Amino acid sequence: MSSTTLGMILFLTFVAATLGITFWASRQTRTAADYYAGGRSFSGVQNGLAIGGDYMSAASFLGIAGIIALSGYDGFLYSIGFLVAWLVALLLVAELMRNSGKFTMADVLAFRMSPRPVRTAAGVSTIVVSIFYLLAQMVGAGALVGLLLGITSPAGKAWTIVGVGALMIVYVVFGGMKGTTWVQIVKAVLLMSGAALVTVLVLGKFGFNLSSLLGQAATVSGPKANPESFLSPGLKYGTEAQGLAGKIDLVSLGLALVLGTAGLPHILIRFYTVPTAKDARKSVLWGIGIIGVFYLLTLVLGFGAAALVGKAAITKGDAAGNTAAPMLAQRIGEEIFGPVGGTILLALIGAVAFATILAVVAGLTLASSSSFSHDLYAHVFKRGQASERQEVVVARISALIIGAIAIGLGILAQGQNVAFLVALAFAVAASGNLPAILYSLFWKRFNTAGAVAAIYGGLVSALVLVIFSPVVSGSATALFKTADFHWFPLSNPGIVSIPIGFLCGWLGTILSKEHNEAKYAEIEVRSLTGVGAEKATPH
Amino acid sequence: MTTQEHDASVYEQVRASSEFQELKRRFRAWTFPMTVAFLVWYLLYVVLSGWARGFMAIKVLGDINVGLIFGLLQFVSTFLIAWAYARHAERKLDPIADKLRHEVEEKTP
Repeated sequence: MSSTTLGMILFLTFVAATLGITFWASRQTRTAADYYAGGRSFSGVQNGLAIGGDYMSAASFLGIAGIIALSGYDGFLYSIGFLVAWLVALLLVAELMRNSGKFTMADVLAFRMSPRPVRTAAGVSTIVVSIFYLLAQMVGAGALVGLLLGITSPAGKAWTIVGVGALMIVYVVFGGMKGTTWVQIVKAVLLMSGAALVTVLVLGKFGFNLSSLLGQAATVSGPKANPESFLSPGLKYGTEAQGLAGKIDLVSLGLALVLGTAGLPHILIRFYTVPTAKDARKSVLWGIGIIGVFYLLTLVLGFGAAALVGKAAITKGDAAGNTAAPMLAQRIGEEIFGPVGGTILLALIGAVAFATILAVVAGLTLASSSSFSHDLYAHVFKRGQASERQEVVVARISALIIGAIAIGLGILAQGQNVAFLVALAFAVAASGNLPAILYSLFWKRFNTAGAVAAIYGGLVSALVLVIFSPVVSGSATALFKTADFHWFPLSNPGIVSIPIGFLCGWLGTILSKEHNEAKYAEIEVRSLTGVGAEKATPH
Repeated sequence: MTTQEHDASVYEQVRASSEFQELKRRFRAWTFPMTVAFLVWYLLYVVLSGWARGFMAIKVLGDINVGLIFGLLQFVSTFLIAWAYARHAERKLDPIADKLRHEVEEKTP
């Protein structure tokens, strides 16, 4: 049996199991709290696993392992930013949001503000961030099927995107938050087990000696003239963008990564799925543990691929290095268990990568459709007069529509270099959403004008700077290679747009006289003590 | 059911209490400086990766260099801060928060 057949069988088993879970979850989903927040009845450990499943995308798994395999040390920067970011969520956001919100990010932002403008801004930002992130994952799915199953025709890739999109829609429309959370839990367990298995095999081959693994990685895959440089900073960012701009770009990326996570809507709504703020804390602690260990595993996978597969073979598979982890799985399996072992491990890692994509896109679709229904439909269009039943129906319809849009855009963007969209989603979240959330929770004077200014200021500045950056035009790797209308020198807007977001929030606030002291007292007391926090739905 | 006005005044009373002020102080006095500290520590790592590549490349143990150790220390510090926060919250924040919550919930059934 070939690895593609075996991979398909493993993947279809995952699909069958998750569809079974979705069917079960759909019968448990009756109220709005069930659909949006899984009845708030997940335990801290379950939600911690789901946080891992929601957050660890195929981009982190295949992408980071690939960057480390090809450029050595520099890929590590991503992992560290993605991990440290969780401290912002743990210390400042998770528990306070659980205590004062209900279903979406906007519940907290609109708490003491005029609801319609704030919910409109938050809804727009949520949908924009989620669609960017979603699009990057969909295009990634098309590329992945080419790498793993050998399907290279545009039609084959398009059908893969349709298939992934259709499954994602089914999970979200029928399973709601309960179904989506279980899909993410199953995926997190599979991904961690798969990555851990390959890591142990690789380390075992080097006698559990990290130094000799690094040494061989540098010798096999480092530049011939100076193999050592493989293990030091600068191989990727030092050559991609020379000079001062390149270095500032690195800091800009780092800022967006570390500040973006706590502003990502699909992450924020995970805090509502547990009964209390203490469980929200516990789930972030578990999330940090799982995500941290996972990135340590990708470090070994990346250097392992560099040492055992080699840069030349990896680049032949995929210029960006996305095949490094699957190729490593095959190689190590062959070396230890023979050809059959290689086939099995390759199939396993391929199936895990697909499961990874599915769980992440489902989380994004859920976040954007929830915000559309709860914020825009129920509170803006219907002015808070929609019934729970109507809200859930609209949420399901919007999940279908957003899913369809993501499929369409995914097919159109096929083969384009859309990797920058993930970094852009983090930059928008850090520039618009995070200032609004932090000001809402901690700044007494903050008001409607401030919230609206922070969100739109951060969102628009990040978007405009990216449109006029080298990732869109005027460089060899740009989206539009033939045009050149760029004037902003950095690929990552964060270092400029994050201060703009905070500044706009401050300026909007002081220029408006509005201030609701009683509601500030309420959110302050509620967020810190949990008084009046939404309870789990009884079953 | 209580009215919105009544609720609001309960919240203002709680906020004015010395216990709540102590809870707020303990929360902010721990999390705000710690946030600044880990952000500075992380940015130091990013900035050194950009501007001090020679330093990061210095070998310490076999093929393990300063950059890798610095990076691994970021993992260690993240795990430690998360653990320390959980401990702080359980010992210093939860008891006051629980007490205040029970008091308010008794007042407003």
